[in-house]
Amino acid sequence: MANHLRKPVEEVPLDATFEQLGMDSLDSVNLLFEIEDEFDISIDDQEAKSITSVPQMVDGIEVLLARKAASSEAAPPTA
Amino acid sequence: MNRVAITGVGVISAIGRNVPEFWDSLCEGRSGIAPLQTVDTSTLRFKNGAEVRNYQSSDYFDEKQSQVYDRFSEFAVIAAREAVRDAAIDLTPELKTGGAVVTGACVGGQTSEDKEFEGLYRHNRTRCHPLTIPRIMGNAGASHISMEMGLQGPGFTLSTACSSAAHAIGLAFWLIRSGGAPVAITGGSEAPFSLGLLKAWEAMRVVSPTTCRPFCKDRNGMILGEGGAMLILEPLEAARARGARIYAELCGFGMSSDAGHITHPSTEGPALAMKRALADGNVDPACVGYINAHGTGTDVNDPTEAGAIREIFGDHTENIAVSSTKSMHGHGLGVAAALEAVATILGMHYGILPPTANFTELDPAIHLNIIANQSRPAEVECALSNSFAFGGLNAALAFRRV
Repeated sequence: MANHLRKPVEEVPLDATFEQLGMDSLDSVNLLFEIEDEFDISIDDQEAKSITSVPQMVDGIEVLLARKAASSEAAPPTA
Repeated sequence: MNRVAITGVGVISAIGRNVPEFWDSLCEGRSGIAPLQTVDTSTLRFKNGAEVRNYQSSDYFDEKQSQVYDRFSEFAVIAAREAVRDAAIDLTPELKTGGAVVTGACVGGQTSEDKEFEGLYRHNRTRCHPLTIPRIMGNAGASHISMEMGLQGPGFTLSTACSSAAHAIGLAFWLIRSGGAPVAITGGSEAPFSLGLLKAWEAMRVVSPTTCRPFCKDRNGMILGEGGAMLILEPLEAARARGARIYAELCGFGMSSDAGHITHPSTEGPALAMKRALADGNVDPACVGYINAHGTGTDVNDPTEAGAIREIFGDHTENIAVSSTKSMHGHGLGVAAALEAVATILGMHYGILPPTANFTELDPAIHLNIIANQSRPAEVECALSNSFAFGGLNAALAFRRV
């Protein structure tokens, strides 16, 4: 997150809102893109709109990672 | 200074392959948004677009022509043919020598480019088709129109994303007004449907997974469209002298730049474009009865545009009927403003204002008099058509009934 915003880590508090971090709409789509790449998850456009802070983002990623783990257990890769 | 008449129009779009079909769909509020046919959408988050469905190049062009035309150039030529026919204008040697062709295009020959590059990257081909460059160049539409019609005057293509055709029509208007050309074919064309480009739009997160609902509370984005739309412009006196049918006068053109953010629009920039179009056409704001809005259906555009309209028109805003026909023909990028200009002047000419289709419930943050779902009979003296591009480049066209 700090890398993405090109800020030192200490300037990105864990409870910050995106607004406090000065993020605009392009920063948001860039961040979503990087998170999807990093965690190999897919984030729905509409759900993404309701996320407005770092803690919400972390919770959201955890939910999606749990969902991914559950679905890969349910259907193990065949190859 | 000439006054400028619009004497012919031509269209190919998702809601009609010619002007009568296009007008019928607009009057009925019939949307052309449907699952995309020309691109495999299985890996895309959205599946819908406003395509010219079941389009066959061979319905319009011989094999030799098809070989050198990209889909977007074909749309340009098809619309230009109909516009010239519709104007019933005799292109005399004098008109041909000076006649202008000014078109808008945003992504150029996307279909051909994607196909050729896919061959290189995916199928390990080592070369491109020799006609790739003439197919994909952004000015190909203008070139093929000038060749087919034999027009040797000013010819150029403008690329200002979603405003391209508005800038093109506006500059062609100024050419005719100043005497720089005796006649002009102007408008835009676009054929943006390739997997690569759709993936790029997907990543912007502004495309609706369902449909385009401009100004609605539950809107969830834009829907891409394609097509071609052309207008014939000539001096009003010349049009009257030859007894031409005149749809409307194109009387004002205004441009502005947000000088702000690359994708986030401002209120000030669009307001300036409208203000300048009104001033350029000497239009009293109180005479404006209809605005064909940019109205993309995204979260950000619609309230911003509504704010800009109110800034210019104040309390008169309530008397102005507003619609976004993108709800029917989609957001055609480089052709968008030309489709909307045609929708606007047909509306003025026939006294029926086209609606915003797919309309559910007005966003409470938007205070506009929206024509919802049903076209509205109304005689308007003046109308505006707005176009606001990514990159903050804005254009507005003003029309007057004659």
